[in-house]
Amino acid sequence: MSAPAAVSPPGELRSALIVARFSLRESLRRKVFVVIGLLTILFLALYGLATWQAFEAADDFTGPAEAGVEPDVVVGATLAGLAMFAILFLGTILAVFLTLGAVRGDAERGLVQPLLVRPLARRTLLLGRWLGATAVCAPYVMAVALGAFALTAALGGWWPDRTLAPLLALALGVAIVAALSLAGSIALASTANGIAVFMLFGAGLTAGLLGQIAEAIGSDSLDDVARVTTWALPFEALYQAGLSDLTADTVGFTRLAINLGPFGGAEAGGAGLWLWSLAYLVVVGAIAVAAFGRRDL
Amino acid sequence: MVPPALSVTGLRKAYDSVHALRGVDLEIGSGELFGLLGPNGAGKSTLVKVACGLVRPSAGTVEVCGSPAGSPAAQAALGYLAELFRFPDWCTADELLGLHQEISGSAGGAAERGELLDLVELGHVPDRRVGAMSKGMQQRLGLAQALIGAPRLLLLDEPTSALDPAGRHTVRALLEGLRERGVSVLLNSHLLSEVELVCDRVAIINGGEVVAAGTPQELSHPGGVEVETASGWRTFAAGTREDAPRIVRELVEAGEDVFGVRVLTSTLEDAYLEAVGRAPAREPDAEPAA
Repeated sequence: MSAPAAVSPPGELRSALIVARFSLRESLRRKVFVVIGLLTILFLALYGLATWQAFEAADDFTGPAEAGVEPDVVVGATLAGLAMFAILFLGTILAVFLTLGAVRGDAERGLVQPLLVRPLARRTLLLGRWLGATAVCAPYVMAVALGAFALTAALGGWWPDRTLAPLLALALGVAIVAALSLAGSIALASTANGIAVFMLFGAGLTAGLLGQIAEAIGSDSLDDVARVTTWALPFEALYQAGLSDLTADTVGFTRLAINLGPFGGAEAGGAGLWLWSLAYLVVVGAIAVAAFGRRDL
Repeated sequence: MVPPALSVTGLRKAYDSVHALRGVDLEIGSGELFGLLGPNGAGKSTLVKVACGLVRPSAGTVEVCGSPAGSPAAQAALGYLAELFRFPDWCTADELLGLHQEISGSAGGAAERGELLDLVELGHVPDRRVGAMSKGMQQRLGLAQALIGAPRLLLLDEPTSALDPAGRHTVRALLEGLRERGVSVLLNSHLLSEVELVCDRVAIINGGEVVAAGTPQELSHPGGVEVETASGWRTFAAGTREDAPRIVRELVEAGEDVFGVRVLTSTLEDAYLEAVGRAPAREPDAEPAA
């Protein structure tokens, strides 16, 4: 053998980026992007068909216009809300499947150990895996949502009142789901972790529905339960905030008509929600790092 | 003074009520090939994992080249091949080594990767996916991976379990080459003959404790003298090489015809079986030295 090469371990951020890049390469090599791309085209095609049909129907619907309701806005906002719901779900699936076995699953298969005997801190591995998953999920949900908005505009002439905020809300939402799934992967086997994260996702959606019911029946206590649950699972609060931003500037009877729809009545989050969501990410990350540090491999 | 490659002092590890290690002390010097033997569940792999920083000790200290096990400095100084390992099946041999180069900060580049693949006789398949390799090839790739960054201590947990005899010969030659370069090796293996062939020192661990340690020669001991007479082979269990002429003389004087003499020395396997409480069976007609 020749003389040993010089060795100078990289810093933590660079190491995390190396792990993230390797995760991305794995997604690419396993044809994750091909599958996602094809299914997303299918999803957008179906969405486009539904949008075209809905606006066609709205064109024939003239009654409420006399009362000041703009049918195209109601239809556009409702369809965009439906798209955001579906996109959050798709993004969640991606986030969960990219992370559900990242620690315990990979450790049981003997994939993690060769990396962790290198000068690679466990927290750096977690950060890298989270960055790798988020780098796939966050751009994905933003791109698909933008595509859905563009279809809505092209087929019905409606564009959301705010564009960037709903996209960022979706991106941060799936980043939080990825963090929860990654944290869960430390203690839970892959299947159990996947089930747990999807149940949390369902709990978040249920909390959102509870909030709408609370508003409809005027129940303060139910509203409090919904609000606490939504903020405890901030991906749902972010989704609600994104929905709210779609029609942030819409007023009058059109606003009322949107609120009566399945995606109406969403609560705006404000700056506090964004700060809370970022803090939530940090807290989940800290808990994950502490738990991983105590785990024997 | 150069610190030992591996220093283990009073190491204990308990998994709930199961005591995997009960106070292990051992030291591996620079350029030393050290064999770790023991039955399944004896605590060998746990010891290696503690040294790698994968498992937290319950008590005691472990230092790698003078740095606490698990610290970045210790991790930078060691290479490790686990008994049960897997590499991502989608990446190629070259990509895998490249990843480990990046993480360890090795500046060796393509030259280092090529040299290591040649060393484990995989130089002809740098672009083959891990998933398309045989188990033996993956094990050799694991060895190449462990050597990234020129570690000063190599921890090998059953590194030849999936190799054919030719592959084992390659690994033995590799280990001897590493010794010449001053690399220390902890070899955890069930293949006693292999350990006996290459290791400078050996520790036998059983029930989480070191029950015997020394050079293979120190662990072996006289096993008696066998003499072939007209009535067959007779064994003098306590006889040594020095006793052989006297035993033969006394037999001849007693009127026996002597056709052959064998001085027996116990093997590392005998020493191992004795140390773990499963002593090898003695000849039923063994006699005390005359």
